[in-house]
Amino acid sequence: MKHRRDFLKAGGALVVGFSLRDALAAEPARGEVAGPPDPKQVDTWLAIHADNTATVYIGFAELGQGNSTALLQVAAEELDMEMRQLKTVRLDTNVTPNQGGTYSSASIQRGGPQVRTAAAEARQALLQMASKKLNAPVDRLTVSKGIVSAGGAAGSVSYGELVGDKPFHLAFTGSAPVKSSAHYKVVGTAVPRNDLPDKVSGKYVYMQHVRVPGMLHGRVVRPRGQGAYGAGAKVLALDESSIRGIPGARVLRKADFIGVVAENEWDAVRAARQLKVTWDSTPSLSGSDGMYAAMRAAKTDDRTVVERGNAADAIGAAPHKAAYNCRAPYQAHAPFGPNCALADVKPDSALIMCSSQDVYGTRRTLAPLLGLPESKVRVQYYEGSGTYGHSCYDDATQAAAILSQLAGKPVRLQFMRWDEHGWDNYGPAHVGEVRAAADENGKIVGYEYEGWQHHWSNVETSEQLALAKPAEEWRPNPAMQVNPRCCGGMYDIPNIRLVNHHVPGLGFLKGAWLRSPLDLSFAFTSEQAIDQLAFLLKLDPYEFRRRNIKDEHWLGVLDAAAKAANWAPRTAASNLSASRIVTGRGIGMGTHLASYGAAVAEIEVDKKTGKVLAKHLYGAIDAGLVVNPGNVESQISGQLVQTASRMFHEEVTFSKTNVTSLDWASYPILRFEDCPQVTPVVVQRLNERSSGAGEEVMAAAAGAIANAFFDATGVRMTEFPLTPKRVLKALA
Amino acid sequence: MAGELKIKVNERSWTVRSAPDTPLLYVLSNELALQGPRFGCGLAQCGSCSVLVNGVEMRSCVTPVSAVQGKSITTLEGLPAWYAAQKKLARVPALHPVQQAMLDEQAVQCGYCYNGMIVKASELLAKNPQPSEAQIRTAMNGHLCRCGTYPRIIQAVQRASRMMSEARV
Repeated sequence: MKHRRDFLKAGGALVVGFSLRDALAAEPARGEVAGPPDPKQVDTWLAIHADNTATVYIGFAELGQGNSTALLQVAAEELDMEMRQLKTVRLDTNVTPNQGGTYSSASIQRGGPQVRTAAAEARQALLQMASKKLNAPVDRLTVSKGIVSAGGAAGSVSYGELVGDKPFHLAFTGSAPVKSSAHYKVVGTAVPRNDLPDKVSGKYVYMQHVRVPGMLHGRVVRPRGQGAYGAGAKVLALDESSIRGIPGARVLRKADFIGVVAENEWDAVRAARQLKVTWDSTPSLSGSDGMYAAMRAAKTDDRTVVERGNAADAIGAAPHKAAYNCRAPYQAHAPFGPNCALADVKPDSALIMCSSQDVYGTRRTLAPLLGLPESKVRVQYYEGSGTYGHSCYDDATQAAAILSQLAGKPVRLQFMRWDEHGWDNYGPAHVGEVRAAADENGKIVGYEYEGWQHHWSNVETSEQLALAKPAEEWRPNPAMQVNPRCCGGMYDIPNIRLVNHHVPGLGFLKGAWLRSPLDLSFAFTSEQAIDQLAFLLKLDPYEFRRRNIKDEHWLGVLDAAAKAANWAPRTAASNLSASRIVTGRGIGMGTHLASYGAAVAEIEVDKKTGKVLAKHLYGAIDAGLVVNPGNVESQISGQLVQTASRMFHEEVTFSKTNVTSLDWASYPILRFEDCPQVTPVVVQRLNERSSGAGEEVMAAAAGAIANAFFDATGVRMTEFPLTPKRVLKALA
Repeated sequence: MAGELKIKVNERSWTVRSAPDTPLLYVLSNELALQGPRFGCGLAQCGSCSVLVNGVEMRSCVTPVSAVQGKSITTLEGLPAWYAAQKKLARVPALHPVQQAMLDEQAVQCGYCYNGMIVKASELLAKNPQPSEAQIRTAMNGHLCRCGTYPRIIQAVQRASRMMSEARV
């Protein structure tokens, strides 16, 4: 532990004026008052217990990606404690700090530094206390397993003995020195996830498991499948006598919001199915067949995202050009377990249990809905099934709250499969146009991308129906616009122009962020153009990309993916075969807003049936410092499989009145028999800041799959998913 | 009607209060407070609610509770004992080998589908202790995983198969 001394010398003097008061003071216990707790206090982040264990208070939701384990690793590292000595607690607006929502793979990126500095600050304070207790200078102290030793006869003392369950009352200044990565013992290792033992045994409490005494089971009653965002769902007639045969069930209604509740869950399910409601079925949509034309016909709000040099002129003058116009459908979050929430709304307060990715955000929107001050609404997080972005968790939470308020009892609201599939905030559809050109030396000289899509929806269905709240879209943000990190930004291109065409969302489907928002669509379009330039130049597509990349991070992931796939140089589509079953391989790049992703795909195409199978996908991510490489490998594997699902199967369909893909039969996803082999590669950068790793290789994999299809068939696909019907048409 | 219907779950007998047409899933969740079988689709499409009925995997979301009267139901919670009985083990292990293998492979992400995955894989290995990869894929094909953990599940089933054959002595 010698290395510690340098830090102690450097940091010891920074600690001034902290005091450890007695815990006898009449302060409310944690959980008794509405949060958020003060982020400028170390006690907000950490508590040391008498048994020499610690609780780390983390403001991020465990979404099934292992981030709670990774954040504890960060704390364990700074505190010099072991993982088994640390635990975290449920996200709760009365208990945990507000670190913002668990979005954009932000847990480790934003949360890691916060937890790290808080733990370092606590450790520094603990060493000061130990120094007094042991009568030894701080720079002589070492720590292991939360026990501070002064060496020799000076003895040792544990953290638990020093503070044992008392608050630090210490300002969180963020100035305590943190460990150098060279001394990491826990960070950077594949610590097994702490949530998995209960998940395999059946002891893990998912949101869907939560029950409270005296509660009713609730279900919403809506048309099967949403119409246009903003059109709502208007009740023309409601016949309550239609459920007279289910005496345990009753109908609750607030304007166009209708639900049923019953003590017995099956009664609620039957009543929701049986209740006769006549809905206004005036057509409000284009239908999925006319969707792309409607998007292009819309009056758009246009914005140049990036402009450098003169792309149009450069492309016009160049000898090699590629241009594609591609289409990508709405895709659903479709969590495997539909969302569920439990609300206990009383006249003067409310307790809400839900799977929100942002408990403080949910509290903010629920308070006006219930007519309560925010401080009287307590929101707790329970993990549901994987959500991959903004699935219906807020909608389900609002529905539970409305029903509980109407019923005057706690209500557990469970969405049915068709509610979740039919009333999702879908990942928006996209139309992309790319034009790229290269000179004779294989240098990309000009690049243009124009993208059409609408923004995310800002109003949940429940509040829209219950309060007639007008539909509106989110204001622009980088995650809903043409993404430079997927569209040409990885290459060194002198003349580039990216234009975003915002299609007004009202009149289309409800939209929101779906894992790696829009990036699969961007990369599918863009990476095919890059690949085509290599083809025109008769260059190997990997080599062509290498020539056009300067950034060492992008080069690093590209090389890592190619190496994992044992990539051998060859021009694309140079092995075309007349066989019925043909194979191909492709390479692609892209990421979400941070980190770096590259992928290689090996696929097989049955030219007679049109079926495309990914045989093996390789994906590399550079996310800076990777706290838990095991978790990130697991995330990469999952992303590769989910990308295959989205590229080959997933497509929301709708008529002129409503969404028609309402279950796993009408919205199929990839299954075991079609699952590719996967090879995840983590590019570890111990000395760099962590960035996201939960969604950053999907774009690259989408591009790689599209390019593999070209390698196998010599044909470019311009619309996904690559369903047999679409493939047969393209090959005809 | 209440009190007439009895079911056997994890070797224990229960008197059912719900109506006979109630899907078994709601009885297991609300009357027996079991957490293994869980709601996923209510349409027998995904495998979230799977249980073993006389050793055969069934979808409890569409099976009326009256249909399993007199049969032996095993849920995720009962798999270790079910395995111990099969193998005539002196002690019930904490986990079925399939559960242990899922942990060893760190296969799980959100884990919601793992009830069905573990139940189905346990059924498979009881019938076919050394399945090929293709047989695993075919057997498991009716179970969906939205997180994309299929590759690690396949590895875990293969690992469990090895664990079980080694344990046989």
